[in-house]
Amino acid sequence: MSELAFREPSFLVDAIRIARKDLLIEFRTRSGFLSAAVFALLSLAIFRFSWDPTAVTSVDLAPGVLWVIFTFAGLLGLNRSFNVEQVDRAMDALLASPVSREAVFAGKALGNLVFVVAVQLLALPTLALFFGLRVGPEWWGVLAVAVLAAVGFVAVGTLFAAVASNTRLAEMLLPMLALPFFVPVLIPAAQATSSLLAGRPLSEVLPELKILGAFDIVFVAACTLAFPFTLEE
Amino acid sequence: MTTASAIKARSASVRRLPPVDWLVLLAVLAVGGVFARAMLFTPADATLGAVQRLFYVHVPAAILGMYVACSVMAIAGGVYLWIKDDRLDRIAESAAEVGFVFLTVVLVTGSIWGKASWGTYWAWEPRLTSALFLWFLVLSYLVLRDAIENREARARLSAVLGVLALLLVPFIHMTVYLFRGLHPEPIVLKPEKPSMSPEMLSTFGLAMLAFTLLFFALIRLRYQWATARDARVDVEQA
Repeated sequence: MSELAFREPSFLVDAIRIARKDLLIEFRTRSGFLSAAVFALLSLAIFRFSWDPTAVTSVDLAPGVLWVIFTFAGLLGLNRSFNVEQVDRAMDALLASPVSREAVFAGKALGNLVFVVAVQLLALPTLALFFGLRVGPEWWGVLAVAVLAAVGFVAVGTLFAAVASNTRLAEMLLPMLALPFFVPVLIPAAQATSSLLAGRPLSEVLPELKILGAFDIVFVAACTLAFPFTLEE
Repeated sequence: MTTASAIKARSASVRRLPPVDWLVLLAVLAVGGVFARAMLFTPADATLGAVQRLFYVHVPAAILGMYVACSVMAIAGGVYLWIKDDRLDRIAESAAEVGFVFLTVVLVTGSIWGKASWGTYWAWEPRLTSALFLWFLVLSYLVLRDAIENREARARLSAVLGVLALLLVPFIHMTVYLFRGLHPEPIVLKPEKPSMSPEMLSTFGLAMLAFTLLFFALIRLRYQWATARDARVDVEQA
């Protein structure tokens, strides 16, 4: 017991433990995932009826639909990640524990990343099914773009979920704060997806992948450093 | 006792705010003078015609609103997180609000100019798009400030947004350039000689000076107002 109480704080272990806690709550209640998944599937179906297949081909429409749905389904999940901690002021207990604030952020972001990728894994095959897209090896490229975009998306989104949870408007503010930051993720991701679905090789979307990679590095680092400032002293 | 006297001194300074701010008045006169010069004494562009005169508003507003205001907002916010001085937060707040007005001027004049020379009020062109997203960014900064009652939390959280916004701007520029552009290349600040007549260049120089004066006069006024507001809150809560 004593070695548990006086253990050295380890960033990665703490982060994984917090992510595990969040995902366990999510797995037991399924409230966030269910609403995000149903939202994604319903919007895919609704988009199908707002679309005239004789005017726009499905390959041209699909990337835009996919990224709009990822964005809003992801926002649903991000809002939940700090609401969980407000019940019974659980956040205070988390901050009182011998875990660094950066590790709290990394844990929260990791949990959100699993959440967002799970929604993507559900939405991608549904998109192929509803929009009658050809399924081939190019989908591995699309999945890689989706995961690369999800990392930056989740880093920025988790930080602003923490900011928004401290305001009067709470979850209503999150889209307004986060969406401008999603622009450099969404534009290259949607362009890369449309090139890949059109049968272009992965080497042709390298500029987009580079921007996504640079965004991930800069904003994962910046948001981890900025997170302690979003908490009350 | 000391805080009470400090509050008394500050509330006294609130009453001393003059009814007319002489610096703003001077700046408005200077801008009026530049308008007269641009409309009456500077030749119109041979190909673009009279609409080119928007240049003397559009470009200074863009430089001040996009580059100066956003940098001040972000840097004052970043230093605030470090030394926690309320004055820095008021500077960031004032720069953001004045910058928002200037950015709105950029979008409106750009739209009118676009209609005259491209035939459309709005084109999804890289520079327009990045100006629009910058406008949204500053707007969300102001909405965030409005949504937090506590002064310390408002300063801290909005500073986080301001600093991250500074990191975001290069990425927005990079991504919007994945599309092709209609906007002219820089005309004044290019390495070779500026491609303008000397009269146009001197009018532009004067316009830049006048708008810079207006920009800082408005920030100063807005800063004084923020100081008075905070002092009033202190008096009410004392």
